[in-house]
Amino acid sequence: MMVIEFHLDGRSGVSPYMQLIHQVRQAMRLGLLREGDRLPTVKDVVAKVAINPNTVLKAYRELEYEGLVQPRPGVGTFVTRTLSDESLAAHGPLRQELEQWLTRARAAGLDEESIEALFLSTFRAAAGEKA
Amino acid sequence: MTWLTWRQFRTQAWLVLTALAALAVALTVTGPNLARLSRSTGLAACQANCEAAADNFVNQAMTVVNSRVYVVALVFMFVLPGIIGVFWGAPLIARELETGTHRLIWNQSVTRTRWLAVKLVGVGLVSMVTAGVFSLAVTWWAAPIDKANLDRMLPMVFPGRGIVPIGYAAFAFVVGVTAGMLVRRTIPAMAVTLVVVVAALVATPLYLRPHLVTPVSFTAPLDTSAMQSVRITETDMTVTGQVNQPGAWVVSNKTVTPSGQPFTGPADLQTCGRANFSKEGCTAWLASLDLRQQASYQPASRFWALQWYETAVFLALSALLSAFCFWWVRRRLA
Amino acid sequence: MTAVIETNGLGRRYGRRQALSDCTLSIPPGRVVGLVGPNGAGKSTLLQLACGLLAPTSGTIEVLGARPASGPAQVARVGFVAQDTPTYAGLSVADHLRLGARLNPGWDDGLATARIRQLGLDPGQKAGKLSGGQRAQLALTLAIAKRPELLILDEPVASLDPLARREFMRTLMEFTAEHEASVVLSSHLVADLERVCDYLIVLAASRVQVAGEVDELLATHHRLTGAARDPATFPAGHQVIQASHTERQSTVIVRSSAPIDDPSCSVDKLDLEDLVLAYMTQAAAVGRTPVLETTR
Repeated sequence: MMVIEFHLDGRSGVSPYMQLIHQVRQAMRLGLLREGDRLPTVKDVVAKVAINPNTVLKAYRELEYEGLVQPRPGVGTFVTRTLSDESLAAHGPLRQELEQWLTRARAAGLDEESIEALFLSTFRAAAGEKA
Repeated sequence: MTWLTWRQFRTQAWLVLTALAALAVALTVTGPNLARLSRSTGLAACQANCEAAADNFVNQAMTVVNSRVYVVALVFMFVLPGIIGVFWGAPLIARELETGTHRLIWNQSVTRTRWLAVKLVGVGLVSMVTAGVFSLAVTWWAAPIDKANLDRMLPMVFPGRGIVPIGYAAFAFVVGVTAGMLVRRTIPAMAVTLVVVVAALVATPLYLRPHLVTPVSFTAPLDTSAMQSVRITETDMTVTGQVNQPGAWVVSNKTVTPSGQPFTGPADLQTCGRANFSKEGCTAWLASLDLRQQASYQPASRFWALQWYETAVFLALSALLSAFCFWWVRRRLA
Repeated sequence: MTAVIETNGLGRRYGRRQALSDCTLSIPPGRVVGLVGPNGAGKSTLLQLACGLLAPTSGTIEVLGARPASGPAQVARVGFVAQDTPTYAGLSVADHLRLGARLNPGWDDGLATARIRQLGLDPGQKAGKLSGGQRAQLALTLAIAKRPELLILDEPVASLDPLARREFMRTLMEFTAEHEASVVLSSHLVADLERVCDYLIVLAASRVQVAGEVDELLATHHRLTGAARDPATFPAGHQVIQASHTERQSTVIVRSSAPIDDPSCSVDKLDLEDLVLAYMTQAAAVGRTPVLETTR
């Protein structure tokens, strides 16, 4: 009995293994995956989604590296933490600052696409520096 | 592999064997009667000068049914090698190549050599046994008729008697397999096989059989009182003498002048012309020409010798073609 | 770690036509390898050379450390599903399994029957009456149940409808997950391969254009879009794969192991389909004209 099911969007431009990670995190955020739940086995995922088993392994390893899951040899991979307490509501102040920035950007004359481009290029550059 | 070969071969086998079974029934039903008549007319026991007993036998034995069975058996033995070559031999490999199943089977941990060997030897043996059984059955059934007609040695009857059908069947089968391997498509391979087999069976009495054993030949003065044929036209005349060898197969029969040239006439108009033809005069004129007869023949006593040699030749050809097939499957096929 | 397929200058000629030339590969084990290229590029030829159906006319090839089809033992380690998944039309599904059981020493009958049951195939049905997808699954089952170390498939899903195609790939991936075998799969549809392959070989104009791990290829190939420039002015270390120019703009696909750090153009990542197309376009252009770039 699989707790969650995965699906892949071939057109999203996001690599398959990143999509799996996102979907696990999303499920955890929504409370669908709770602490102690077992993630679907590699074989189960692959039988449903026709994806390379190594991709699943890589995604699960990444989740383990982030501390979200823990493999138990011979039994499976289990969720060790939840994300639902890190609900977005807990970040109220950050949200407000962002809303203010958006107001200022629109006042400066930027349209929706320019705002998005500005945000993404800054975000990526910052992520690149961090890496 | 044997199991697979049988499964693939099943339908074609049943079709041919059913036809043969029908023939077998006909032979079994009518055979004993022929044997009985042969004894009762004294034909069976007769050693020489059997024309009276032979005529007697033929009158009684050749009923409508028996005649039909005789003709059917004759035709059947003629076409059997062709049928085996075209329907058992050609599709054997061609169908696998055509449908691509050779790529499936060669990946099933069986070497190409073993694959070909089981198919070739398995179905080949069935072909030879089938031909052998039927040839011997027909030979037994027709023995009194052949003795009465004294025609076992002739090209119309010889290929359907004794053991040569085994050689023909093996040869036709392997020709079919080879054609299938080279052409790679079933229908064209069947056509090629048919052409080759028919050509071989037509060429055999013309070029092979006369020379398997050196024919007996003689040169003698032409006996003008008992000639086989006389042909007179406006411009020339040909005569052929008889060859008094009961049951022999005459391979060549020429009439030559004393200088050794073939005699072509022209006819002497006084005695042999159309206006005033007289048999005695024409014959006397011919006798005066001192013509000689040059003939060669295979005597009836050589029936089994020729059978063995001819079968050996065809089996040798089959072996050669088989070796070629094994070489081809390893080196060239994909 | 011995390569599962190792070739050196491998070539195959049919009469005057060179179907494959100068192919040098070293495919690591345990991968799902995608072999892509246009029709007639030599994919089938390469795969048939790998499973021993063809012999090379130049160069060498070793599969699992031995010459392909060098004996029944070697053939038992390699499973092959040929193009159009041939099966014996007159034999039933159960007959095919019986065939596999009799002829293959390593046959796993339990696996085969479980698969057939899972697929919902009727064992008594003649193979000729199955649909294309069912025949493909039967051929795959035959190849899988002999427990090969390497599974080679020649365009197995080319003529299947999308549902049958998805089912087939699911079965194949399940097998890969369970048995840690290597798989080599050819296709001319890249989209199918993107989610399934972790090693890619692009074959075009009968040559290997690029070969490598998918992650590494995607990380090192970029599309640079910027002002029109002469490719000769690119810094060394960037290998130009394909370039196209207008009066004002150049779009160049490069391969570079170092990060690209050029402020005058925008750098984009490629997806697998773009990458394959770039190599295939380039190979076709080389075939047609001696000039490498297309200029207007």
